[in-house]
Amino acid sequence: MTEFLKIEGIAKRFGDFAAINGVSLTLPADRLTAIIGPNGAGKTTLINLATGALFPDSGTIHFKGEAITRLAIHRRIHKGLSRSFQIMNIFARLSVLQNILVPVLSRRGRAGMPFSKMEREQEAVTEARRILGEIGLLDEQNDPAGELSHGDQRLLELGIAIAPAPELCFLDEPSSGLTPVERARVLGLIRKLSAARHTTFVIVEHDMDVVFSLADWIVVMNRGQVLAEGPPAEIRENRAVREIYLGEELTA
Amino acid sequence: MDNFAFQGLIGLSMAMYLWLISAGLTIIFGVLRIVNFAHGSLFMVGAYLAYAFYGQMGLPFWLAIILSLLGTGLLGLVMERVFLRRIYGIDEAYQLLLTFGFILILDDAVKIIWGGVFKIPPIPAFLDGSWPVFGRSFPIYNAFVIAVGLAVAVGLWALFEKTWWGRTVRATASDREMANAIGINVPWVFSGVFAFGAMLAALGGAIGIPVRVVAPGIGAAMIIQAFIITVIGGLGNLKGAFVSSLIVGVLSAYGTLFFPVFELFFIFVIMAVVLLIRPQGLFAR
Amino acid sequence: MTGHPPSRLAMLLLAALVLALFLLPWVAGRYPIYLAIQVLILAVFSVGFNLLFGYSGLLSFGQAGFFAIGAYGCAKILLAVPNLLLGLAGGVAAAGIAAVVLGILSVRHTRIYFSMLTLAFGMMIFSIAWKWRDFTGGDDGLVGIPRAPLEIPGLLSIDVSAMGHYYYVVLVLSLLAIAAMYRLVHSPLGLTLQAIRDSETRAEFAGVPVRKYRLIAFIIAGLYAGLAGALLTPLENTVTPPVAHWSTSAEPVMATLLGGVHSFAGPIVGAFFFFMIKDVIVRYTEYWLIWFGVIVVALVIGFPGGIMSIFAKRRLPWRPARPSSTQPDKPAASQRHDRISED
Repeated sequence: MTEFLKIEGIAKRFGDFAAINGVSLTLPADRLTAIIGPNGAGKTTLINLATGALFPDSGTIHFKGEAITRLAIHRRIHKGLSRSFQIMNIFARLSVLQNILVPVLSRRGRAGMPFSKMEREQEAVTEARRILGEIGLLDEQNDPAGELSHGDQRLLELGIAIAPAPELCFLDEPSSGLTPVERARVLGLIRKLSAARHTTFVIVEHDMDVVFSLADWIVVMNRGQVLAEGPPAEIRENRAVREIYLGEELTA
Repeated sequence: MDNFAFQGLIGLSMAMYLWLISAGLTIIFGVLRIVNFAHGSLFMVGAYLAYAFYGQMGLPFWLAIILSLLGTGLLGLVMERVFLRRIYGIDEAYQLLLTFGFILILDDAVKIIWGGVFKIPPIPAFLDGSWPVFGRSFPIYNAFVIAVGLAVAVGLWALFEKTWWGRTVRATASDREMANAIGINVPWVFSGVFAFGAMLAALGGAIGIPVRVVAPGIGAAMIIQAFIITVIGGLGNLKGAFVSSLIVGVLSAYGTLFFPVFELFFIFVIMAVVLLIRPQGLFAR
Repeated sequence: MTGHPPSRLAMLLLAALVLALFLLPWVAGRYPIYLAIQVLILAVFSVGFNLLFGYSGLLSFGQAGFFAIGAYGCAKILLAVPNLLLGLAGGVAAAGIAAVVLGILSVRHTRIYFSMLTLAFGMMIFSIAWKWRDFTGGDDGLVGIPRAPLEIPGLLSIDVSAMGHYYYVVLVLSLLAIAAMYRLVHSPLGLTLQAIRDSETRAEFAGVPVRKYRLIAFIIAGLYAGLAGALLTPLENTVTPPVAHWSTSAEPVMATLLGGVHSFAGPIVGAFFFFMIKDVIVRYTEYWLIWFGVIVVALVIGFPGGIMSIFAKRRLPWRPARPSSTQPDKPAASQRHDRISED
């Protein structure tokens, strides 16, 4: 397996607080990884560092062999990275279709065309519709995104994340706040996309059911460091991991 | 050299007006998260009210200032309670637009009430005269202004660090939901802080009346300078506001001395330079 | 703003309106034509302003700076070379250059700072116009500017000194500018700008270089302001510093708010009503700004969608409320602030 994402010795402090304290991680392609850990472990900070929302104080990040440690966010997206957000971040005043169109146009380098009629951007529109079909929001394509139900907004959020056809996609708590039905839909989608081998997902999750049903590999973080990593079965048996999840059910 | 130091003192007194208006602006932003566009107008109202009480009605200077503060504070209270309260939580742009609307109303209102002619009431007798400083005559009134400004700086520090009210306000500023949860009456704090900020602006306007022009446009000029100071010092940073006021005031005074034609332009140059070097402000955390 | 193609009725009304505009000089006297020119100029000014505000989420209080540069630029050229097209082009170009410089300084900042900065820069230009006597004429301004003929050397030369003739120049250029803006906001660029407005973070993570696009919007708005200013100069034959004052910057703000921020026609409709209302008010009192202040306050609190919101097909969630994340099936609006949570 190729060295897809390589994080070496990164650290990040916020004032006195060491959010990330020396993390080294190598993620190969085509392996669905879950990152778990208690609150404050540094999971979201790690995603922020990997995707460019933050720059590390030290250490390096390489993607497909290229250094991206201090690369601007939008450039990382064009290199094949993507993410979804824990707090919903959609384009509320735009229609559902337009929400997907924006990343699609951007990926195709068409986002800046000032005089092209939207009708002419047929390829992009077709692709956006296809993605909407996959996430099950095609019927709502012309509704303003802000009017969708919470669960549908989560799906849209996921749709925006996968719309630029990323090779590596970070999902930050994709199932939070969803009803069981909605969660099943989201997980099904992640599984399907993962299996089609187009996108490698890295999921941050608190819900252990989700983690153990999806992940090929689990990374456990605690206090800004990687505590353990391995296949789900190993992690389940890991003493140190069980300790930090005192009393929590690790078995699915 | 003496000239240089003297001009620095002049700049210091100029800085105090900037400080008074910036302090109020900063405190209001820090707690309510609103940039009160109309803060310059409150400065202007403070000046006009003080002029009305002192210059027109002949009341003692100190009384006129107090009444002006009360009057402007009341106006601020009304602005916050009746209008601003309705638009908390929506797009910041609309807060700017609302307070901008207030500028339009207040600027014309003073014209309607007092007319458009400039006014300059006489300096109160006990503050008149000058002291010999650096070989030149330094107006006592300028020293008074510096004293007031410093007193306010120390007073604010003491207020926020040492008093119960100050701590309550700081708690509300840093986390309003938490403050609410521990029983602080957040709406009252908001109203109180806004009125307090208004009074600070009014103080700046009021103490300026014997030496600066009382005219309709002074509010607009001050708010722009206050904005520049805020940009330089970092929004919501009281210490930054104080230091930036000093910097801008003193440098403007030197600008007047060495580049008289472009003194107005000078302050913008300072801002542009700061923006290029350190966009988040010199004192932002 | 979610791109509904205009209905047939709307298209017919529009055509009728344009026809009426072209016929105006035949039926109206000098004053209505003068007023119409001012409305058109403000419409162009406001349409550019709203690209920044309604479409990109950037509230600028300093557009008069570019308006003034356009006006003074045109004036300087016309005083030297009485060629209308050259004057207009020069004014627009000067405004554009200024927009590039000031834009680079301004767009790296978030919304509040941005608004404050634009106010400051606008007034900076005002202070330059006022103080730089040698170039701008100081507070006397520049006078005796000719309403130069529309001339392309060797091809045509049209005398536009009559108000009615100059009206057609303004009308044609305004219509072209507005049509161009229409195409722009309905293009991928327009869509991307709106995405940036709705969620800057999300746009960044969708691969959009946010700062670059904001700069583009800023420059375009500056060009439109410059065009508006340049068109004013031959109308009035003078240029004075108040064209750069914040009260001039306030005009597109008020017009757009009045007409409707979230509609393409809003700024244009608003420009019309702005002049209608002002015309009525100044008949009774010289203090018209206070009334507009009242109107602004009333609009923000009670009627933020402006006039065009009466015609809006959908009630878009313009007042984003706190998200109700504990109720999954209730419609929730997304957060207005983009916070990247720190775990």
